[in-house]
Amino acid sequence: MELLYFGDKGWGDELFFATLMTIAVSITAMIIGFIFAALFTPLKLSNNKFLNSIGNAYTTVIRGVPELLVIYLFFFGGSGAIMFVASIFGYNDYIEINAFLTGSFSIGIISGAYSTEVFRGALQSIDKGQFEAAKVLGFNKYIYFFKIILPQMLRLAIPNLSNVWQITLKDTSLISVTGLVEIMRQSYIASGSTRDPLFFYSFAAVLYLMLTFLSMQLLNRLEIKYSKGY
Amino acid sequence: MDIELMISSFPKLLNATLITLKLLSVSLILGLFIGLGFAILRMNNNKLINKFAYGYSYIFRGTPLLVQIFIIYFGLGQIEYLRTTFLWVVLKEPYWCAIIAFSLNTGAYTSEILRSAFQTIKPGYLEAGRSLGIPSKIIFTKIQIPIAIKQSLPAYGNEIILMLKGTSLASTVTLMDLTGVAKYIISTTFKPVEVFIVAGGIYLFMTFIIHNVIKYLEKKYGFQT
Repeated sequence: MELLYFGDKGWGDELFFATLMTIAVSITAMIIGFIFAALFTPLKLSNNKFLNSIGNAYTTVIRGVPELLVIYLFFFGGSGAIMFVASIFGYNDYIEINAFLTGSFSIGIISGAYSTEVFRGALQSIDKGQFEAAKVLGFNKYIYFFKIILPQMLRLAIPNLSNVWQITLKDTSLISVTGLVEIMRQSYIASGSTRDPLFFYSFAAVLYLMLTFLSMQLLNRLEIKYSKGY
Repeated sequence: MDIELMISSFPKLLNATLITLKLLSVSLILGLFIGLGFAILRMNNNKLINKFAYGYSYIFRGTPLLVQIFIIYFGLGQIEYLRTTFLWVVLKEPYWCAIIAFSLNTGAYTSEILRSAFQTIKPGYLEAGRSLGIPSKIIFTKIQIPIAIKQSLPAYGNEIILMLKGTSLASTVTLMDLTGVAKYIISTTFKPVEVFIVAGGIYLFMTFIIHNVIKYLEKKYGFQT
């Protein structure tokens, strides 16, 4: 137990901050994923064959390739790609992107692919009559989407989005390979210097269990809130 | 785009695919047995056994696979007692540690899939079987199992693909599977995009095949219930 003391003696404070880092990366990745989902869901539902195939390619490739491989792509390729773009604008110095951004971006792209599928499924299972009725009643585009379609879509999407959140939260453990100090990386450092990997990795497992448990409680409440009236 | 590198790395990556496939198939088979065992425990009426099986699947589904591998590979070696038993022969090999972690992990997911498949069988089928005087063993093998296979196929297909992606974590415990070799080539040549295309292509090809096999099986077991 001494190993968990806060301060210089134990690893309590380090692990606490590492947990905050895991939460921060997960939330950032989830938001980046929503942005990707907002871009690709319309493509997947579009009638244009070309746009449709772009949307399908995104979800198929990302969901069919291991997360670790995607992370390596961005970890090793990220700064190269940015330096290439910068060199077009005449900037030739070395640019290093920080591990937090690379990590949340790569996990975000992965979680975006899952979110896209969730939103597509939710939009498709809204009753067709709802779209037609909203159009017939002459609502403008803003009300049509934000007041009629979106609330119905969220009700259907939230249970599946909480699954996506769980996947994203667990995927962040993989960013430890890039050196970002989140729970896994901190446990690796701690077990390296104390030679007690069993304790620290088990404690990491407990931290992840706590995170998944607490977030499930919150998301269940959200689910109840959005399914009001049904 | 370095086409030459893509061509020269292809055989190396293909070779590493064999290890990925070996890891996948062994852990899926072991996981199926573990999953079936825990699914049966979950349907037990004894509360304690039930809670134990639920706890197992909750812990393995609630923590990242990476933590599980690290606990087994780095953690268990720390226990002095284990080093003296025959288990050490298994646990000192990263290959077997990865297999143990993968089997336990996929076992947890499989147990949930099978449990829900068995529970959604309408009681009417079992009652019909019993009233026709069919022995309960045959009810299990000829009625419950085919319906459960049909119900669980789509979810189990997803689990196989998730597990295929999961085997990439074996590279973190020094195994040179497809992702491990891909990382090695990337870090020596610094050409991530080319290697990603080749390795990702191999993974996608495997996903494609698994997807189609499951589709075929779904058709085969696609009787109306």
